[in-house]
Amino acid sequence: MAIIYIENKPYQAPEGKNLLNACLSLGFNIPYFCWHPALGSVGACRQCAVKKYRDESDTRGQIVMSCMEQVAGGLRISIDDPEVREFRASIIEWLMANHPHDCPVCDEGGECHLQDMTVMAGHAYRRYRFKKRTYANQELGPFINHEMNRCIQCYRCVRFYRDYAGGRDLEVFSAHDHVYFGRHDHGTLESEFSGNLAEVCPTGVFTDKTLKKHYTRKWDLQSAASVCVHCGLGCNTLVAERYGSVRRILSRYNGAVNGYFLCDRGRFGYEFLSSAKRIRRAAKRNSASGAMEPADKKIILRSIKEIIAGGRVIGIGSPRASVESNFALRRLVGPDNFYSGMSAAEEELTALSIRIMKSGCASFPSLRETEKADAVFVLGEDVTNTAPMLALALRQSVKNRAAASLKKNRIPEWDNGSLCVIKDEEPGPLFVASLLPTRLDDAATRIFRGSPTQIARLGQAVAHAVNENLPAVSGLEQAVAKLAEEIARELTEASAPLVVSGAGCLSGPVMEAAANIAAALAAVNPRAGLFLALPESNSFGLGLLSGKPLDQAFQRAEKGEVRAAIILENDLYRRSEKKRVDRFREQCRHVIVLDFIDTATAAKAEIILPTAPFAEADGTLVNNEGRGQRFYRVMDPEEDCRPGWRMLAEIMEYAGIGDAGQWTTIDDIIAGLCAEEPELQGMREIAPPAEFRIYGQRVPRQPHRYSGRTAMKAHEDIHEHKPALDFDSPLTFSMEGFRSGPPPSLIPFYWSAGWNSVHALNKFQAEIGGPLRGGDPGIRMVGSSHKNFEYFKPAPVTPTPGGREYLLVPYFRIFGSEELSVLSPSIAGRIPGNLLLMNESDAKRIGAGNGSLVRVAVADAGASLAVKIDPGIPEGVAGYPAGMPGVEFMNLPAWGAITEGG
Amino acid sequence: MAERPLTGDIRPGEGPPRLTEYERRGGYAALKKALKQMDPAGVAEEVKRSGLRGRGGAGFPTGAKWSFVPMGTDAPEPKYLVANGDEMEPGTFKDRYLLEGNPHQLIEGMIIAAFAIQASVAFIFIREEYREACAALTRALAEAFAAGYLGGNILGSGFNLDMKLHVSAGRYMCGEETGLINALEGRRAVPRWKPPYPQTAGLWGKPTVVNNIETLCCVPHIVLKGAEYFKGLSRTGEGGTKLYGVSGKVKNPGCWELPMGTSIREILEEHAGGMMGGFKLKGLLPGGASTDFLLEEHLDVNMDFESVAKAGSRMGTGTIIVLDDRTCPVGFIHNLQKFFSRESCGWCTPCREGLAWVEKTLAAIEEGRGTREDIGILEFHVRLLAPGRTFCALAPGAMEPLGSGLKFFRDDFDRHISAPSCPWR
Ligand SMILES: Cc1cc2nc3c(=O)[nH]c(=O)nc-3n(C[C@H](O)[C@H](O)[C@H](O)COP(=O)(O)O)c2cc1C
Ligand code: SF4
Ligand code: SF4
Ligand code: SF4
Ligand code: FES
Repeated sequence: MAIIYIENKPYQAPEGKNLLNACLSLGFNIPYFCWHPALGSVGACRQCAVKKYRDESDTRGQIVMSCMEQVAGGLRISIDDPEVREFRASIIEWLMANHPHDCPVCDEGGECHLQDMTVMAGHAYRRYRFKKRTYANQELGPFINHEMNRCIQCYRCVRFYRDYAGGRDLEVFSAHDHVYFGRHDHGTLESEFSGNLAEVCPTGVFTDKTLKKHYTRKWDLQSAASVCVHCGLGCNTLVAERYGSVRRILSRYNGAVNGYFLCDRGRFGYEFLSSAKRIRRAAKRNSASGAMEPADKKIILRSIKEIIAGGRVIGIGSPRASVESNFALRRLVGPDNFYSGMSAAEEELTALSIRIMKSGCASFPSLRETEKADAVFVLGEDVTNTAPMLALALRQSVKNRAAASLKKNRIPEWDNGSLCVIKDEEPGPLFVASLLPTRLDDAATRIFRGSPTQIARLGQAVAHAVNENLPAVSGLEQAVAKLAEEIARELTEASAPLVVSGAGCLSGPVMEAAANIAAALAAVNPRAGLFLALPESNSFGLGLLSGKPLDQAFQRAEKGEVRAAIILENDLYRRSEKKRVDRFREQCRHVIVLDFIDTATAAKAEIILPTAPFAEADGTLVNNEGRGQRFYRVMDPEEDCRPGWRMLAEIMEYAGIGDAGQWTTIDDIIAGLCAEEPELQGMREIAPPAEFRIYGQRVPRQPHRYSGRTAMKAHEDIHEHKPALDFDSPLTFSMEGFRSGPPPSLIPFYWSAGWNSVHALNKFQAEIGGPLRGGDPGIRMVGSSHKNFEYFKPAPVTPTPGGREYLLVPYFRIFGSEELSVLSPSIAGRIPGNLLLMNESDAKRIGAGNGSLVRVAVADAGASLAVKIDPGIPEGVAGYPAGMPGVEFMNLPAWGAITEGG
Repeated sequence: MAERPLTGDIRPGEGPPRLTEYERRGGYAALKKALKQMDPAGVAEEVKRSGLRGRGGAGFPTGAKWSFVPMGTDAPEPKYLVANGDEMEPGTFKDRYLLEGNPHQLIEGMIIAAFAIQASVAFIFIREEYREACAALTRALAEAFAAGYLGGNILGSGFNLDMKLHVSAGRYMCGEETGLINALEGRRAVPRWKPPYPQTAGLWGKPTVVNNIETLCCVPHIVLKGAEYFKGLSRTGEGGTKLYGVSGKVKNPGCWELPMGTSIREILEEHAGGMMGGFKLKGLLPGGASTDFLLEEHLDVNMDFESVAKAGSRMGTGTIIVLDDRTCPVGFIHNLQKFFSRESCGWCTPCREGLAWVEKTLAAIEEGRGTREDIGILEFHVRLLAPGRTFCALAPGAMEPLGSGLKFFRDDFDRHISAPSCPWR
């Protein structure tokens, strides 16, 4: 810590830090535009000027940019000096020269950093009397709206898009007072992180197009803290609604998880909430006509009671349902009859990853910590498509070597201009071993392409090279052996090496190899990390509830031991072959489906009970790193919808099962869970209990600027409606309550006096860019203080079948492979076709070319798909679009036949 | 006539000397001396003692500039030398004269400079419009490579140097050294923040020296004949000769190599032949468009960096633009601001938005649409677009003719506004 003087008063600030950051962290207000805590400093906008004095006797001082100054002991500055204030006001005046004066019709209005900074800088009257510059806007696809006239040329968009996120198709064009930020031509933004432009851009140039479709003034949004449901990373989100419909998602800062950003699936997937596939009414199949008919919930509950009374009931849970809902189902059917609903491979990999984490074989960095890794080896994951934000984090990690060399030259880490010059000169190291080409290949030092067996063998060879006591891999090709040596060397020499793997190639041996490498590294370097991605939002949480895989439920049904199945938020057709699911359905007399979307499984149910999706429910999701995180409903569910756990509690109460009658709030369920699963005590600590109050008050979901409250429902009733009550959390559906400084897990939106934009977040962080005041939300549920890891034995090599067999491997797409987000119209606009990826010579061999229809057949399933030739695909391998809409489940990787003609 | 080491061998209209001709007149002797009789530190020391100050406009001492380059075995590799031939400063055409007239002189100077800083790659960065210079350089480079002055193990010294000609798309910002570096790397020509200075982290993050063409052309003469000789060429404390130029309504506009510190009067009257008939001197920009106006009373100022600075302007590139009494000063300044605002790279707010505002305001005044408040707006920009407040020196440079113009020709501005029209039209 250094002592610096601001207006002649001493303050403590971290030595070497950025002065702007330090001043903001100390609570001073200095306006800024081009600086962003995640993007560093470039000194372009000149807004953050302060006066710097040589020493005590210096009275004139010199205007400098605070974002380009380093904190050093004895530094003397003034923020209030009249000359520098005039300069800051002038910057706004210059920016406003060409900026439209029509905030009332701007999408950013009310949540605009430019508005805030204008007020802060104190510019008020317009002197510029000439014509304003105008630009043509571009059509940038389904996510982002473009309104270039509002640009203030802070360069943040291109710096985020290109330098931070690795995108190529957004640039700055032209020069002088006509610089243009856009694409070379109209067209969809290609980056998977384009949505962040809406938050990164300080004005209304890049805005959320999905919000625009049903626009609401930002201050009229009611919001709540939530957790993304579209992959296993558990990024934190802020969900906002008006008139009962969710209007947008913002990133909710979590210093340990997603930091400032979100991926586009996480930001725009929410539109599934208003999809036509939503189920909102309880329904029962008419036994005479066979048609599903809406029915009174009471009647349905009575039927369910009868079904349960008939015995032989099993429950099938889901990795996309909350811990609470899965637990409630387990309680309803009993642990012996509870099935996780995951496929055998998913179940095995989830259990394996939990086991590895419990073994304490290495350190298990958080998502955000992976940014700090200085050598990375990815085994078997196309992270951009399976765990998107991890790709963004790894794109930061490849800059660390360059950052270290800057440090050697005493150039501060926040000097982003310098970093960008050399980041491409000294990249990585990042090694990617994958089945198929990945989106991260462009950032990789070296790429290895192979089957799961080959990846696992490479991994084991690396582990052996790190620790020669581990078994050597025999019969490796020389090139592979050399690569293994190189990877091992880089990982060993790094100060924070990181091994990444996961369920992406559905292979246990690959994950085991990754664990072996990490363990071998960790034996000598405690910072060596392992990061294992899991596919769904609650894969880990479900894994902790010790269910059995779906296949075992099928086997039981096969033996006639299942009369009724209660299926919770799970489409079994996504987890097993159609034939097998159909057969299971036939074997069960009764199938009760609880879900919020109409799936192929729901279509065959006898009874459907609508549950509430994340925006209308409270619950806990456990992300891939075992972090339990609470999500809160932003509005009450409508019609018959109830959170899964509440619906199940109602069933239990009606059917008189156990003490479930006393399960009135989520806290009751968590207490029940902790009683049964002592390992999950952490669940209690994740969020404050419902009766938590600050000075006797709840935390409001609505900002104090919320308008129209008394008139919103006037078409129904002229009396102001009473706000809905919330028994599950300390939040309230109103404007009244205690606003400042709720515990981090409860923060429903960021706002602070003078800070109406997303940058209000500054005021909620202990240090800007660091953890939230009070600690980042979420509790890691597993951990191990002692090591009890035993190295995995390399898996035997499976023989390659002869003949015309291809190794079919799954590939995933950020837009397309995830069940819920594909129902969002904006995401649907980005789904590539269902294509079978093949190497050119393989395609030729079966007489196929780009677009030709082929038939794919494996043991239990088959599909017809169009071919896409991809030169990056190894010979003898074909990529199958697993989980994409309309694509049948196949148990992959598997050997199968591909023949020409659909 | 005084000695003209840089231009004495240039024969306008005859084309530049080919290699054999250049060698015959003593070319590459300096290189031989440097490589065979001196070490890098010795060369650098000689240049430092010569008092050579950069001819690119800022007058930074060349020896000092080189001394910041990390030397020794653990210095980063490779190191780069760049010759700045962007020359887009309005009114400036001295580097062109050297490039077209004697390309081998530049190449020789660059090899010696590269040797001094132990650079292994050198670039000549030149604007696209200098086609004749490009052709001459291309030929000269081929000759120098063929003769073994460039490439591996030059003259058996063990010193290696690759040299490339880069013809740029050309913008004023490409002349600013960090903008040039960005442009050379294929990035947008916007400046880079300093520190780190190019000498430690320039092209692709490696140590880089950027020098002006004229600066580099001085180097062989310093090395061959010694620092004392070079100092002796000057009439003042700053060493060497200087290429001065004059444009405007003078009888004989042109470019001459004269002793450093020759007075403005001598340049204007003896070399440029005085004002054309019917024109009177109203003011002048001593060193290109981005320097402050001087007036008739300043004619006896010696043209070197210090003296011109004392007079309230900058010697800049040393190329004088003359404003005469029949040219509207507002129109003259407007024309310059049109250039500067168009050439603003668009990176920082005050310059990007401010210069455009200035330009529009001047246009309005010139066209008779000016208001009293406009003068305040112009003064506001002169005051605020100061060094350190904008990202680079372009905008402060642009304010020099405007600020001094407002000071010296304020009546003319006022007359435009009260008329309201341009009295010269
Ligand atoms: C806007 C701007 C344009 C410039 N243009 C040129 C140029 O065309 N040629 C040049 O040699 N220096 C130019 N300079 C100066 C260079 O930045 C740099 O100082 C010079 O090339 C260094 O060479 P020297 O030390 O030999 O003078 C320019 C500077 C600025 C701010
Ligand atoms: S579009 Fe937005 S982020 Fe990009 S430069 Fe303009 S104001 Fe800044
Ligand atoms: S990375 Fe995963 S959790 Fe994060 S926003 Fe994207 S889909 Fe959601
Ligand atoms: S002053 Fe600013 S906008 Fe102007 S050229 Fe320099 S960096 Fe670019
Ligand atoms: S925030 Fe410091 S210059 Fe832009």
